Amino acid sequence: MGEQPAGAQITGAESLVLALEAAGVTDVFGLPGGAILPLYDPLMDSKIRHILVRHEQGAGHAAEGFAAASGRVGVCMATSGPGATNLVTPIADAAMDSVPMVAITGQVPSAAIGTDAFQEADIRGITMPITKHNYLITNADDIPRAVAEAFHIASTGRPGPVLVDVSKDALQALTTFKWPTFIDLPGYHPVTKPHAKQVRDAAAMIIAAKAPVLYVGGGVIRAGASAPLRRLADLTGIPVVTTLMARGAFPDSHPQHLGMPGMHGSVAAVGALQKSDLLITLGARFDDRVTGKLSTFAPNASVIHADIDPAEIGKNRYVDIPIVGDLAEVIPELIIALEAEYAAGDRGDYAAWWVLLNRMRETYPMGYEPPDDGTLSPQYVIERLGIISGPESIFAAGVGQHQMWAAQFIGYEYPNTWLNSGGLGTMGYAVPAAMGAKVGCPDKTVWAVDGDGCFQMTNQELVTCAVNDIPIKVALINNSSLGMVRQWQTLFYNSRYSNTDLHSHRIPDFVKLADAYGCHGLRCESPEDVDTTIEKAMGMNDAPVVIDFVVHRDAMVWPMVAAGASNDEILFARTMAPDWGSDD
Amino acid sequence: MPRHTLSVLVEDTPGVLARVASLFSRRGFNIESLAVGPTEVPQVSRMTVVVNVEGSALEQVTKQLNKLINVLKIVELDPAGSVQREILLVKVKADLETRSHILETVQLFRAKVVDVAPDAVTIEATGNSDKLAALLRVLEPFGIKELVKSGAVAVARGAKSISDRPVRAADRSA
Repeated sequence: MGEQPAGAQITGAESLVLALEAAGVTDVFGLPGGAILPLYDPLMDSKIRHILVRHEQGAGHAAEGFAAASGRVGVCMATSGPGATNLVTPIADAAMDSVPMVAITGQVPSAAIGTDAFQEADIRGITMPITKHNYLITNADDIPRAVAEAFHIASTGRPGPVLVDVSKDALQALTTFKWPTFIDLPGYHPVTKPHAKQVRDAAAMIIAAKAPVLYVGGGVIRAGASAPLRRLADLTGIPVVTTLMARGAFPDSHPQHLGMPGMHGSVAAVGALQKSDLLITLGARFDDRVTGKLSTFAPNASVIHADIDPAEIGKNRYVDIPIVGDLAEVIPELIIALEAEYAAGDRGDYAAWWVLLNRMRETYPMGYEPPDDGTLSPQYVIERLGIISGPESIFAAGVGQHQMWAAQFIGYEYPNTWLNSGGLGTMGYAVPAAMGAKVGCPDKTVWAVDGDGCFQMTNQELVTCAVNDIPIKVALINNSSLGMVRQWQTLFYNSRYSNTDLHSHRIPDFVKLADAYGCHGLRCESPEDVDTTIEKAMGMNDAPVVIDFVVHRDAMVWPMVAAGASNDEILFARTMAPDWGSDD
Repeated sequence: MPRHTLSVLVEDTPGVLARVASLFSRRGFNIESLAVGPTEVPQVSRMTVVVNVEGSALEQVTKQLNKLINVLKIVELDPAGSVQREILLVKVKADLETRSHILETVQLFRAKVVDVAPDAVTIEATGNSDKLAALLRVLEPFGIKELVKSGAVAVARGAKSISDRPVRAADRSA
């Protein structure tokens, strides 16, 4: 909209557009409707790019993908009622995975609020438990302040989604635009600087430990603290595990990286936590998918827990040294404290620990058995995809087997290159998130690694990609089933496959579907075609590409710790438990 | 489970009660009582929340409450160091025969009769929950027709005010 003379009378809608511009917004994903219509008119004249999605859920996940890939706040917008409720899943997803996002929704006119008006839903009430904060604005004068606060809250402290619901009459009313010069939130003061004594105590504990592990979570990525983490690891020589949310926070190629811990983690990563005497927990939250049965998790370990959210500390696991702060400040301070210890001649000795870890790593590497009938192995497809497209690419996964394989078999070297729905586990995340990532990082190759179940939840956004020149690439791991559910049925329900057969080897025809959506459609059914098909897709940048990889349906994700079981009961293949030695 | 009294200072904005109440319920805590009202500071309301939780769970719910943007400060008031009061209005059956006994009880508990009808009296009493429970035990045999009780309000003993430093302290204690 450009500059307005100070004090000029404008509409609330114009004020909202000016506020979004002032907040630095460049791209918005949304879909208009009655209550938000006043906003869409001035939006036409703004330099902000609005990408018209085909379903509001796609707008929400696109905003998440944009944020996760670029590190900037993602923005989505929708109208009242069903438009707003369609944003609920991505908002909950963003809350679970600490994604900075602002959702703007239209609301029915304030006089109609509470009357069950057409397309009315109490979206502020609905999203209270799944937002970091939310607003209902019924006075046009409040719009700039609410938007400024929303972006501040979404992007600082522990990031998260903020919703701003604006009634139609507030969008239509006359007001003046004044961008707040400072944010006045007396109840919001995230602590970023760590307590010096806690950091010194942590350093001493690290020096004294015999078997420490850097247990790295997604907080390291959100904090942009990968570089200091690398320095910390190099300085100390301590092994590193990166959780599902932290893949890419530390290079997979680094010799100290033991892989991903958790339900489908590597034996070495899970074993390292179980055998550890000190967990140096950075931006991780002791999620049940990492700890397994909590009471048996890392039973001999003391815990240092650094997180920007004080409520995470001690939530699931007793903590010996809590450190509240921004990891981008905590880790450098910890390095300084450790260097002081080193200068005084104190240094940790982890040689014996590495002997044990290396034995685990060498004996139980990540791997898979290719099917003996010549059909395509999903792990092989994903592994080749990672190698051919390379670590500069961004990979967004759906939820299920393909997600775990993409976490296990793609080598990540950089933060913000692995996007997935870790906390909420939202099927359908991949395609719209990849779209958002491509908008945020147009120079990167962006792959959605998706399953045939997930893909059918949100693939309508391929149209959005095709129409708006957002050439994402989709590697569809098509096993014709809800694969992870099927795996559980195989393991825990006597192979009774209740409602997990999707029949998608025939219906729909994904190549035709891609074609209908204005995308390139490719199909690959045999191992020898994998490389050439991926390479062909790599060369197609004029439109989105979908590769239908028709894979073996009985492939399973290993290793696995059954839900609720102890991490000590990890199996690296069905009925095969690792031998961790008898040193305890 | 032990009983805890939390004083929660909040910004007086629409929806703040819903935010606080829903946080308790979604994190799995039952509120025993809750009272909300204005304070000596304009735009700041005070909620007194009584919950029955173990210590570690209380710490968690306090931290989660602190994350609400509209929550300014949370203080736990221990029973010995604070004054805690609830108000009770109770309608008791009273005929000519029992009325004098009831009035005696009312005096004993330093309560008040606030309404009299031919066959009932309405009694107002304030006190902590133990005192009000004791009063009710004595009134029970006469026949309680209707009972309404407020949530507890509480204030720390001594000269210090909870709003001396209105901004919540940085929570590093974990």
